[in-house]
This record gives sequence, structure tokens and C-alpha cells, in this order.
Amino acid sequence: MARFTPHTDNEVSRMLEAIGVDSVASLFTDIPEDLRPRSFDIPPGRTEQEALRIFTGLARKNRTDFVSFLGGGYYDHYIPAAVDAVSSRSEFYTAYTPYQPEASQGTLRAIFEYQTMIAGITGLDFANASLYDGGTALYEAIAMAVRSTNRGRIVIDKGVNPLYRRIVKTYVMNLEVEIIEADLNDISTDKDRITSLLDENSAAVVVQNPNFFGIVEDFEDLFAHAASRGVVSILAFYPLSLGILKTPGEMKADIAVAEGQSLGLPLSFGGPYLGIMSVEKRFVRKMPGRIAGETIDRSGRKAYVLTLQAREQHIRREKAMSNICTNESLCALRAAVYLSLLGKEGFKKTALINLERAEYLKDCLRHIKGLEIKSGRTFNEFTIVLPVPAFDFVKKMLSRGFAAGLPASLYFKDKADHCIVSATEKRTESEIDDFSNAIRTVLS
Amino acid sequence: MKHIFEKSVPGRTGVDAGPVKQGTEEKLHSRLRRKTESLLPEVSELDVVRHYVRLSQLNFSVDTHFYPLGSCTMKYNPKVNETVAALPGFAGLHPLMAYLDDSAVQGALDVIYELSSLLAEITGMKGVTTQPYAGAHGELTGILLMAAYHRNRGKSKKYVIVPDEAHGTNPASAAMAGYSVISIPVNRDGSIDRTLLKEKMNDEVAGIMLTLPNTLGIFSREIREIAEMAREHDALLYNDGANLNAILGKTRPGDIGFDIVHMNLHKTFSTPHGSGGPGGGVVAVSERLTGFLPTPVVGRSAEGRYYLDFNVKNSIGSVASFFGNFAILLRALVYITMLGREGLIDVSEKAVLNANYIRVKLKEYYDLPYDRTCMHECVFSAKRQVQKGGIHAIDIAKALIERGFHPPTIYFPLVVSEALMIEPTETESKETIDEFIQAMIEIARLAETDPERIRSAPGNTPVSRPDEAKAGRELKLTCNL
Amino acid sequence: MDISVQEGYYYTNEHEWAKIEGGTARIGITDYAQQKLGDITYVEPPEIGKEVEQFEFLTGIESVKAASDIYAPLSGRITAFNDALEQSPELINKSPYEDGWIVEIELSDPKEVKNLMSVKAYKEYAGGLE
Repeated sequence: MARFTPHTDNEVSRMLEAIGVDSVASLFTDIPEDLRPRSFDIPPGRTEQEALRIFTGLARKNRTDFVSFLGGGYYDHYIPAAVDAVSSRSEFYTAYTPYQPEASQGTLRAIFEYQTMIAGITGLDFANASLYDGGTALYEAIAMAVRSTNRGRIVIDKGVNPLYRRIVKTYVMNLEVEIIEADLNDISTDKDRITSLLDENSAAVVVQNPNFFGIVEDFEDLFAHAASRGVVSILAFYPLSLGILKTPGEMKADIAVAEGQSLGLPLSFGGPYLGIMSVEKRFVRKMPGRIAGETIDRSGRKAYVLTLQAREQHIRREKAMSNICTNESLCALRAAVYLSLLGKEGFKKTALINLERAEYLKDCLRHIKGLEIKSGRTFNEFTIVLPVPAFDFVKKMLSRGFAAGLPASLYFKDKADHCIVSATEKRTESEIDDFSNAIRTVLS
Repeated sequence: MKHIFEKSVPGRTGVDAGPVKQGTEEKLHSRLRRKTESLLPEVSELDVVRHYVRLSQLNFSVDTHFYPLGSCTMKYNPKVNETVAALPGFAGLHPLMAYLDDSAVQGALDVIYELSSLLAEITGMKGVTTQPYAGAHGELTGILLMAAYHRNRGKSKKYVIVPDEAHGTNPASAAMAGYSVISIPVNRDGSIDRTLLKEKMNDEVAGIMLTLPNTLGIFSREIREIAEMAREHDALLYNDGANLNAILGKTRPGDIGFDIVHMNLHKTFSTPHGSGGPGGGVVAVSERLTGFLPTPVVGRSAEGRYYLDFNVKNSIGSVASFFGNFAILLRALVYITMLGREGLIDVSEKAVLNANYIRVKLKEYYDLPYDRTCMHECVFSAKRQVQKGGIHAIDIAKALIERGFHPPTIYFPLVVSEALMIEPTETESKETIDEFIQAMIEIARLAETDPERIRSAPGNTPVSRPDEAKAGRELKLTCNL
Repeated sequence: MDISVQEGYYYTNEHEWAKIEGGTARIGITDYAQQKLGDITYVEPPEIGKEVEQFEFLTGIESVKAASDIYAPLSGRITAFNDALEQSPELINKSPYEDGWIVEIELSDPKEVKNLMSVKAYKEYAGGLE
């Protein structure tokens, strides 16, 4: 079995002697006998080699060989090798939150650059050092809106990822915050309906671009209307899409949040991911979590520190803006490395290739009898309507080696024949051709 | 050192994304496209790699330095964990596959199920959720479970009691879940003041949050009495399990009478801290709370098939998109698998041994406000150094950095003035600890004889002490572009 | 610690001061408070025209090591904010009783001053906190 404690018996004796006790057991006498474990039934340990064999076996029981058109907010993007190379530097992954700036300039500078890049893609002024994931970041944005407006009603479009909405509803269950979910107009945001729901009691309006069904919108008018009512505009976005799509800044969103998985993070069965938050400048002091800032050291050199921490839980306790203590630093680092590798041009090109592949996929599917492509502008994901229940269709496609998409009925019971499909830059035209042919066979 | 943006040269690219077909951009109406350029650097792959590798070299980390940061359990992170997490069968798995066909994700569900069972056994609890992404997130989840439990019984409760030595996340989490916080001080022994507790207890108290052992590194023997008090008022007992590393196989929160415990996988179960996350904040609960757990829960059929179970009658909902930080859960399971029963017990024994060794070796030089056997960490105060040479905890921290040691946690817990909270962890050898002790003794000596030298530390780091007031006033949060 | 106080001002036990001139009062935090907070980094500009109640929340203040609330020593309507603090919050550290004033309030009930401490009382109170 593996052990990571270096102590020899001789050392243990010498240490016990120094402490002045005769056994390790006597260090635990504060735990009364009757509070000792009733059981501690854990299997015996294994060597590293045995453990690796066990887990390699478990990994093999997972199917990752499907040609994937499955998205739903979490995408199969290419991750350049340099992202892993940099993030596996153990000076990054075995360090902790940079409380001591002199011993953490690497982390602080990386976060500072990450913040700059996030502001640079969203077109907003500032970003924090990251939050847990897209859904929890959305909640933090909502909490910010409630704090800054002193209002309690949130209008959230049903085009916002249902997984995020579920988290938000869970979080507010014991709070005086009312969540109003605005019905869609088929699969698109019903802007008129949302506009009519905004009033002097509304703290925030929340929409997503592209929405859960893949529809791309321009929310500038909606946000302008919200602003005229004193309502905070929150936009959930898909980071990679900003290579081409109108930005949260251009739409004049107040707060933009995102699931950052698309920026160089593996799917890893749900995490770790990256909660991105970017804000317009008047919200900067309301932003929760870690934030890196630039200053100077005693000899006038540029230096980086965590700043605006006085409002955080370790100082402000029950009056803190959030209970959040960590960020997802290593994931933020990956995103920074990914965005640097792509650069200005590569970021745009990658987005365009996603658009191109999805459009190619649409072209291939357009001629399949019985299959309808939902109209509307889209990025790399769109919705199709099938002549059979989407769930059955997806199952059949799995047996042919394709993860064909996400049946909308998982979250929208009335849309049993809707399937949400995506094509990233990883899907080749020949894979898309094979996919279309398989669909044709399955549907015939 | 320049920023990555300052290394930017127009037209330079790192990784080539491949060709784009003509006319692609126009497939999207111009109204929907961005008009402004994204502000990203234009650098080569080598530029990127060299830049970030150099940045990494500016950090202290467990792999390069002794890192006795109290309450954070900066133990060694076995490398095989990383190998396993990178296996394509795990790293490449889409979480929504579990919703489409569970036969395609049996290995991953097995990991979640197995880890949940082991953590339930380690804590003596009945149900587990792996969703929370971090300790504080686990706390919030735990308090939401508490709220759901009381509401389900038709009780409206208003308060959560938290001792003043607790992590700041405890009161913050309780407040975030809609409760008012009652703070209770610790007594002279370092345990929560039970007379005051008794006074403040009433039927409107939803729960009591306790860290075990507490942040002073003390295991409070009076825990049974407190559990009894909670029971009388139908309040739940919450255990902040940040310090679980001290008590593996020595006691279990469930056996003591706790209803909820969160564990920090990045502390006790050796998953890397990642410069501040990702972590894992698994929550385990007693029988009476299992019906409120977030969904989906991973179930196992009689035939040994794993499946997603959404059928939790009073579930609070979800606190994460899927199953939590799966790759972190996986690392924790690899660690537990390798250590096994005896290995886990050994962890706590050596962690406690190391901490007590530091305690006795340093108490001659630093004030030890609670002088009794400690668990996995010991809390000193720099009071003496303040009196003699005007040297504060922060100065001692900086002097340690100069000597190649990451400092302990300072100014926490708040109940100790000038606190120095030292947690060596079990993976450090006697030699390393002896070197640290020598450095601490030297600093104590210099604090009297040459305080100026301590105040000017560190002198050998990439930067000296930064001006934090300037950072807070001027708020420069992005590079100049 | 050595605490300075200002003659003629009124004080609260949350360490705010009020300097009353006619129907208005200038408000700030005491030398004791600024020393406890350390380097002040930010004062949240309150809404001009807002009505505040005695001893209720007035605005927020942040330093490197703490964020805390400032409470109104007296009831009334906020008529001015010290704009100089936006650029130089450190004025509160340098000159808590003069240049570092925070807001002016048009008093709605000048009799409330009876609920405040005199210089002598505050000096004793703050001295006893150490």
C-alpha cells in the first residue's frame, strides 16, 4: 500500500520523547473513549501500481469514443497541448490562494492577465479571478443585482440553461428573492413578454446568448429598457462564441457570466469547470470573490495582490457579500493560457470554424426527410425536430457510434421531438457526412 | 517581467486553428456580430509557454516549499492522482452522457458511488452529495439542507449559532442561506462557552456549526453536552470538516451526533489546491437528512449497475450543474484507495504528532495561548514579539518567506491576537520540521535583537512587500492595453 | 493607543462624530476608528437627498483589512458628500476631523443630540476599549 508519511520508527520515538508522551495514542486522549468510531470499515490500502490498474479499468468502462454532437452548454473543443503542459506545473497546482503576495506573484500575475483577457473578450470593464461554474456564477450575479438595487424580483428567461436555473432556484429557497421564469416564444426569447415583466420591483433580467436551444440574439434594446427601469441586466454567454458574436459590452449588459469550460478545460464528467464573471465598472466593488490588483512594492516595482478582500467572508463574516472562499484558479490559468495561444486572430478563427461546421451540418441535415431544422440565427448549436421522440433517436444513434445531441425533453417536457445538436471545430466534414448518413438510415 | 500583453506583436499567433471557408462570417447577420476586436495577446506558442512557466517559478508551492498554512492542510499531492485524472476515459467524458445512456458512464458513476460510500463510512454518516465545489459551497449546501429539514417539519427557524473561532465562511454561509447568525465566544480552554451557549439556545435556533477539532486545533470534550443541547431544541448539529485530517479513524462526526459534515477533499484527501481551487466540498448527512439531498444521486442496483437517481422526495434541488468537481472526486478516491484503513489512521496520527512536536519546540519562544495537547495544528501568538520589538505576525510571516518557508496562516483565528496558525501536515519529515523550527527560533531572536531586519523582510523574493492600500484605492485590475 | 478627539464635536459609540452648525451637521469617523480600520481605501458615496435615521446605516467604508458600516449620528437628509474622498480616501487617515469629513446632513430633529456623547464622555469610552 502507498504511504506518504516519511517518519521512521526511530523518529517517531524521538518526537514523542520531545513532546513528553510515551505513545501516539496519548496525543488523542482528548477524544473520549465513547466517542471513538463505531466502525471504520475501509478496505486495506493498495500500491500505486494496483491503484492505477483499478482506475484504468474504471476509465475503460466509460465510452468516450462517440463522435460527439452533444453540447448543452458543455462542449467538446480542442485543447492545445501547451495548456496541459503549463497547468501541470506543480508550482501552480500545489500552491494555494495567494495570501502572501511575495510568495505568489506567479499566481497573482496569471490571475491578473486572466482578468484582462476576460474583460478583453466580453467588452466589459472588469472580471474577477473566477467562480465555481456557470450556474453558480449566475447566482452570484443575481445576488449582486439584489444587493445593489434592494429589490427582490428576478426575471429569468427560460432560454437560460435549465441547469443554471435549477441552481439559482435552490440557492434562493430560503431567501426573500422571487424568481419569475419567462416562457419562450417557441425556442426564442420572448422579449415583449420579458419587457412587460420588468417593473420597479425587478432587481435583474437574465438572458443567455446563444440560448439553450442555440438561438443567437441581440439584447441591446432589452437591456436599454431594463436600464430605464433601474433593472440590472445579466447576460449568460458562451465564451468561445465571442470570437464572432456581439459582446456583452456592446449590448451594454451590466454583468456577464459564463461557463468557462470551452476555454481549454476538459469535459471531465462535469468538473472542474470555470465560473466567469465580468462587470461594468460601477459594479466592481459589488463583485464577489477573489480579485487580483496591481500596485507597487517597497522599491517601486510592479507587484500584484489580492484586493477588495475586506468585504469577503474571512473578514466580514455574516456580513460578507458571498461565502465564496476560493476561486477556480487552476481553471482560470488554463483559460488564460488557452486564450493566449489562440490570440486575437485564433480566437476569432476558432469561433468562425465552429459556425462553419454547424452551418455545414445544417446543410447536410436540410435534405433529410422528416427532419426539420428550427429557424433562427445560431452559432455552433441548433435545434432539430424529429419525426420520432428525440430520446429514442439519440439512443439509436449511440449504437451507431454518435452522440447525436441533447433531447430537449430532459428539461422541456412539451418538446419531446426536439433535439439540440452542436458541431465544434473538432468535427470534420467527413464526420459530419457520416453523421448525416447515419441519421438518414435511422429515420428511414 | 513583462505581461503577456506587452509581449504581443501584431500578426503573431500561437496555435493555428485551421482554415476558415470564405463567407463564413456573413452566415451570421452583422447585427449579431461583434464590432470591436477582442483584446487578446498576439504571441507564439513558445512565448506563451515561457511566460507562464516563468510565472510558475515565482510561486511557493507544496512541491517546492514547506507550506504549513494552518487550516488549509497543504499536504503532498500524490502524482498518480494526476495520471488517473488525465485518463481519456475520465477527462473526455461528457457529463450529459449520464442522462442519455448510463451504460456509457458506468466507470464514472462507480467512482462517485464508491467515494460516497467510503466518505459515509469515514464520517459515520448515511447519505452523501458530491456536488459542492468547495468547502464553503459545502457549508451552504449543508445549511440549505438544514433549512429544508425544518421547513418540512413545519418549523420556521431563524438563527444559526457559530462560535467566534470559526472560519469566516461559516457565518457567511449561514447568512447566505437566509439565517441570522449568533456568535458565541470561546472560553479559556479554547472551547465554545457553554454557559453562553445555553443562554442563547432556543427553539428558533436551526443549527449549531462547529469545527472539529476547532480552529485552535483543540478537540472539545464537551461536544456531547452541546449535542444534547441541540437535540433539546430540535436544532441540527453541523460539522465544518475542514480539520478532518486530525481525526481519521479516531472519531466520526456521525457517531458524535452531528447531522451534517462537509469535507474539503483538497485538504484531507490530498487533491491539489490549484493556487486557490478547484476544490471539492462533499457533504455527508445523517439518516434524517438523506431525503433532502441534492439530485441526481448515484444509485446502485442489486445487479451492480450504477444509475442516476432523481427520486429524492424532498430534494433541495441542485447546487452544481452535475456531480461536482468530478476530476477532484476521482483524485480523492485514488488517494483513499491507496492508503486504505491503516493508511488513513496513519495520516491523522502523523499529522497530530508533527503539530505537537512543533508546539512543544516553539512554546519557549512564542506565546501559546491555549497550552494543551493539540490536534493537527497549533496556534501561537506573536504577542511577545510585538511587545519586545514591535514585530507583528505579518513580519514573522515575511521573515519566513525570506528563509524559504511558506508562512503559517496569520491573524486567524480572530480570537487569538497576532495569531500564527501552524499546520505541518503528516507528509513532512522531521528534518524539514526541524529546519522550520530553527527558522522560527532565529526569527524570535532577531525580533528582539534586530527587529529592523525582520521588518524589512523579505529581501530575496521577486517583489518586496506590496502597497496594499494603493491597490485598494486605485483599483488597477487589468493590464493597460 | 493614542487617540485624538475634537472639542465641540459630538460622538457615537460606533465612533462617528458630528459637528453641528445651525440646522446641519457634518459627519465623519473618529481618530480611534481610522486607527482601528487602518489604511482607508474606499468610502461608498451615499445618495444625496436620502433620508437617514439616527444610528441607522449611513454608508459603507473599506480599508485594507476591514469593511464596515458607518451609522448616522443624527437623523436627517444627506445634503453633501465629501467628493475629495473619491480620489483620496486616505484623507480620513490623515485628517479624520477636518479634511476627512464624510457627509453633511440637514437635521430633522436637532434634539437628538442628547443621545450623543460629549468629548469627555467619548474620550473615556474610547480609552476604556483598549
